Amino acid sequence: MDNLNHLLEGFAHVVTPMNLLLALIGVTIGTAVGVLPGIGPAMTVALLLPVTYGMEPTQAFIMFAGIFYGGMYGGSTTSILLNTPGESSSVVTAIEGNKMAKAGRAAQALATAAIGSFVAGTIGTLLLVLVAPLVVDFAVGLGAPDYFAIMLLSFIAVTAVLGSSRIRGFASLLVGLVIGIVGIDSVSGQQRLTFGVPQLADGIDVVVVAVGIFAVGEALWVAAHLRRKPAGVIPVGVPWMGREDWKRSWKPWLRGTAFGFPFGAMPAGGAEIPTFLSYATEKKLTKHPEQFGKGAIEGVAGPEAANNASAAGTLVPMLAIGLPTNATAAVMLAAFQSYGIQPGPLLFERESGLVWALIASLFIGNLLLLLLNLPLAPAWARLLRIPRPYLYAGIVFFASMGAYAVNAQPLDLFLLLTLGLIGFGMRRFGLPVLPLIVGVILGPRAELQGRRSLQLSGGELSGLLGGPVSYVIYAVIVLVLAWPLVRRYIVRPLVEQRA
Amino acid sequence: MSLDVDERTDSGSRRPSGADRAQYGVCAFLALLGVLVIVDATGIAHTTSSTDPIGPRTVPVLLGVLLLVIAVVYIVDVARGGRAEPEAGEDVDLTNPIDWRTVLLLIGAFVVNAVLIEPLGWVISGALLFWGTAFALGNRHYLRNLAIAVALSLITFYAFAIGLGVNLPAGVLQGIL
Repeated sequence: MDNLNHLLEGFAHVVTPMNLLLALIGVTIGTAVGVLPGIGPAMTVALLLPVTYGMEPTQAFIMFAGIFYGGMYGGSTTSILLNTPGESSSVVTAIEGNKMAKAGRAAQALATAAIGSFVAGTIGTLLLVLVAPLVVDFAVGLGAPDYFAIMLLSFIAVTAVLGSSRIRGFASLLVGLVIGIVGIDSVSGQQRLTFGVPQLADGIDVVVVAVGIFAVGEALWVAAHLRRKPAGVIPVGVPWMGREDWKRSWKPWLRGTAFGFPFGAMPAGGAEIPTFLSYATEKKLTKHPEQFGKGAIEGVAGPEAANNASAAGTLVPMLAIGLPTNATAAVMLAAFQSYGIQPGPLLFERESGLVWALIASLFIGNLLLLLLNLPLAPAWARLLRIPRPYLYAGIVFFASMGAYAVNAQPLDLFLLLTLGLIGFGMRRFGLPVLPLIVGVILGPRAELQGRRSLQLSGGELSGLLGGPVSYVIYAVIVLVLAWPLVRRYIVRPLVEQRA
Repeated sequence: MSLDVDERTDSGSRRPSGADRAQYGVCAFLALLGVLVIVDATGIAHTTSSTDPIGPRTVPVLLGVLLLVIAVVYIVDVARGGRAEPEAGEDVDLTNPIDWRTVLLLIGAFVVNAVLIEPLGWVISGALLFWGTAFALGNRHYLRNLAIAVALSLITFYAFAIGLGVNLPAGVLQGIL
């Protein structure tokens, strides 16, 4: 039980008064910012990145663990009390959660969400401890061609599987890849797309891209379509659950966790599919089918657990392979990179102390969240009433501060605005944001691995086909790309034949 | 703490009923970006070596070509009536057309900060940014907003620049703060 020892060391590292305080601050800020309408978990982490610039990496990541789970939890409060969820993973929570709140059961909805998040987060983090080292063992044996194939799969997966339009997904991915190649080419030292601007030689910082697309883009988009009368907030007391609520919640929590974690850990899993699956399952298994659509507690408990377990699941590929599978993980990866740390199989060896401290603080952050959120729910609910001009002025204010603080150059603010305008256009035309962010982060690494593979083969394209792992991955890519055709010419005729 | 709703008379609601023609603008943007990337790539010295047989040019050229291809496919999709829903959200009301006045005012506030941050310092430019954004979004409590803006920029300056060592310029207030 080597990992258990590492984890215990991690706990020993975190349980100092200073670090516990940082975890508490992270959880509090994360929840507060996550509760604010219009701010999802990814934007929460991106906006709060600069706060940690002056800290040691370990301390920064202790805080990030809190911000990560806090931002997740905050989002569910918003969707229960406001019924207009900001991120797609909370859509399902809003269906039953808001109905419960309207029926005067907001306290129970928040309680089952909070406790369910705790249960799912704890089990999910435990699974992370068990699974991540296995993935590392597998990933250590991979060569450059395999990595190239994995990144290619991740590009294809975020564009072709998620989102409604493949064309728009690929457009977004390509823009991201172009942003990624700005700067000095790491292999040859040549400048690309810098237009002679010296500040661009280091490339466009991922933090500036994330803050620009998420925060500034969102502020501009809201400015264009500001709802002049904010949606009504349902007042709430301290969350609690009766005996009956507990009886109806615990099984959905566990089932939701079982759906969420594996989907989170897959390259294109995300949180949407497991939350929908969990909702459908609970609807089928419930003893109170008449309550579904009118505020059934199972419909909050299951999807909320699935959402949080999926968040824990995304950390497996993020830490073990360096592969972000959702926007929040992508921003976390950017946070690692801003400290000069590259997640991947070697991370567990080189930065063992840091990784296990991070995982330990995920457990602690989860517990703190539960202790904090049950009594503080009424205070969080009050945050939802913040006047919108102040909210978005605050977002733009902190976004500018953070983007400037990365390199201390005003040029970054103009880049931030340009990226914000791109984000605005993407929202207007329904282009998904995630492929762009993944393209910016993984693009340069994919190019590096691809060139490395071709170096081994002396420029022959066959160098990209490394071994069995890359064969399997290319087969999956072909299947994903050909899926619409397969469905049209093979699956549908078969179904029709049977019918 | 109310939102002023006056003087928001937009010139009718011009929601396109059929195809969303503005999407051709996106196609043009993608195509232009593709050309730009290719032109830039041809200006890169083509240095290949035994350790780097494909050189720094191949990937940009490939991306440029793919951008042109996706632009064409996108045009075909739009011409065939393809469209994607604008993003919804908690504070987004899609029934109104885009309110350009608010957007431009917000961009203005943003640019003011970007230009003034080094000469005047974060405390002044950041306060202007907050005040200007709140104004752009329709809040008309001038004095109260000024107080909030100054308080916010002072707090962030002391907490982040002085407390946590984050890079924020003091500007003209150097020595006073």
